[in-house]
Amino acid sequence: MIKFSDKQLKIPKLMRPVYLATVGMSKFDRAFPETRTEELCIQAFTAAADFVNMTPSELKQYIHTCYYGHFADHFGDQLLGESVIHDRLGLDPLGNIGVKTGGATGGSTMWEAVKAVASGYSDCTLALGWERMDEVPTDEGNHLISAAADKDWETPLGHIYTGYYAVMAQRYWKIFGKEEDSFRDTMAEIAVKNRGYARMNPHAQAPMKITIEDVKNSPIVAYPLRALDCCLMSVGSACGIVCDEKTAYEITDNPLRIYIAAGSHTLRVADRRNMTIPLLPNETPDTYKDLAKRFPGSDRYPGFTGFLAARMAAYYAYRMAGIKDPIEDLDVIELHDAFTISDIQSYEDVGLRPYGEGRDYIESGDAYLTNPQTKKPGKLPSNLSGGLIGCMHAVGATGLMQIAEIGYHIWNRWDEIHEPQEKWDVFGRKKPDDWTSLQVKGAKRGLAISHAGVGSHVTAAILMHPNNLLKED
Amino acid sequence: MPKTENEKGFVDVANGRYKPKGVFHIPEANQPIFNKDTGKLAGITNPRDMTYMHSYGGEAPFFEGLGKGKLMATRCDNEKCDTKGSIYQPFRIYCPDCLRKNTVIDMTDLAKTTAKIHSYIITHRSGAFNSLPKPIKFINIEFEGVVTILMSVLAVGEPEFDKKVLPIFNTKSPTYTITDLRFVVEGTSESELPEGFTF
Repeated sequence: MIKFSDKQLKIPKLMRPVYLATVGMSKFDRAFPETRTEELCIQAFTAAADFVNMTPSELKQYIHTCYYGHFADHFGDQLLGESVIHDRLGLDPLGNIGVKTGGATGGSTMWEAVKAVASGYSDCTLALGWERMDEVPTDEGNHLISAAADKDWETPLGHIYTGYYAVMAQRYWKIFGKEEDSFRDTMAEIAVKNRGYARMNPHAQAPMKITIEDVKNSPIVAYPLRALDCCLMSVGSACGIVCDEKTAYEITDNPLRIYIAAGSHTLRVADRRNMTIPLLPNETPDTYKDLAKRFPGSDRYPGFTGFLAARMAAYYAYRMAGIKDPIEDLDVIELHDAFTISDIQSYEDVGLRPYGEGRDYIESGDAYLTNPQTKKPGKLPSNLSGGLIGCMHAVGATGLMQIAEIGYHIWNRWDEIHEPQEKWDVFGRKKPDDWTSLQVKGAKRGLAISHAGVGSHVTAAILMHPNNLLKED
Repeated sequence: MPKTENEKGFVDVANGRYKPKGVFHIPEANQPIFNKDTGKLAGITNPRDMTYMHSYGGEAPFFEGLGKGKLMATRCDNEKCDTKGSIYQPFRIYCPDCLRKNTVIDMTDLAKTTAKIHSYIITHRSGAFNSLPKPIKFINIEFEGVVTILMSVLAVGEPEFDKKVLPIFNTKSPTYTITDLRFVVEGTSESELPEGFTF
């Protein structure tokens, strides 16, 4: 049993309020054989400038330091790729740094950018991320991704990262899912939901109108995970610009407050030791007093069924921002749906449901824009972008795409980004005849979870409209 | 094409330095990538064939032990550590709590008597450079008194939660990698083991 000290559990504090002024995204796709990475990054940055009615040159005048998220140097055979992009964006001689935390790279990049503003070092920072996973054959790509596991103890075992996570999925499936057909259907429902939402997103790589049966009949990757349960491998870029209050209101008359925190856990799942469950504000020790009785085999926490890093990111972030109950206090959420089952695990880690009951978040209809059972608005719609399963997982950009998408909802400008026919045409994608707005009406607060692989790093970013804060500074 | 002996790289350590000999990279010309529809140049291939030299450092006793049929682990014996007595498998050179060097212990017998499956997954997919036969049966193994849960593969038998398993070792032609350690279900006979492996 391991324990944490009070100092380690201190709630992080931003030394001054930090605001998200603007965001931007490129098109996302499996491959861009005729487009350089810098072209995608400039596409994202230009979109951020357009969003606040500035030229890129005008927006650049505000930026003081830059934070670049790019995970997999070895995919592109280019070290210091951050330096290349920084130069191509014309941001020299400003200070810049690269950030790498696996699948959480985008969120971690924003974490760094926010802290720089909060500390007073900078008044305006750029967080920009990208990934380039199309320049090697797929099997070599699998090997390169598996190098994010322990290279001596895991990578030689198949050179396939999915396998290292899938043992967690299997344990969750048996203990909390009880191998029930209904649980398998709930997993599939997530894939249907997220791919369906991706159909309304011109940036999205894999929109699909599919059924639960389609998911259950797709090829097995690692039982119980099938191809349509799994996220995409993508190329693309996304960015956000964060500022102190004065600078934010110089850029836009409608900036959003941003809070962000991070957690971590062992790179090798094998190294996880037992501990008591760190409780979120909406939980008490009684919440879990009979967990092992209800779900035999769940006595080991976090074991293979929980992502401690996600729990800790939420533990810090909720208390930073004054969130008492995420379902009640938030209006929209983007989760790291790398796999349908890990999405369910995350519902529990971030307190949408207690451990063991994550499936109910989907089955209740709360996770939908419109609850399919009540036909009323879902309590907390998730992954309206399409998520990693339907929109993209361009690793270094993913967490930033999620933050951008949450921002569009709170700004009440989601339609402006996703509806215009011209954008569908420029991206070479067909706008569906039944295109529907997914704008969450009246959204005031949202959360984006950025997560690495088996849970080595996770960030929780909370956006709020400044008129709807939950806690005094 | 597998490399011939003359195309391979070998390394010794002498006087505290790596002493490479043989071939460590084979140059290959790059090739243009054209768009077949437009006929225009899109990019270029950049072939790479390289060999890394990697130190096992303090974990070397673990990887050397596998070829000798031994499963080595470590234990924190620091009287002042809150988690004194914790046994680590995966082998950790230092205690994660007190950061004092752990004691190397032989847990082969413990593994032979208490190993059981904590979780598992079967996959038919692999990445480039995979050397394991497919499908790969990943298993995570609990050992009595060990605070962590080792990842390995099941070479013989079908995985199930809590099923007893036994370690086997590539003692006849060790690769000195983690693939020299695998597990089989209880009751497996010597003749069923993969080539080169022994109990």
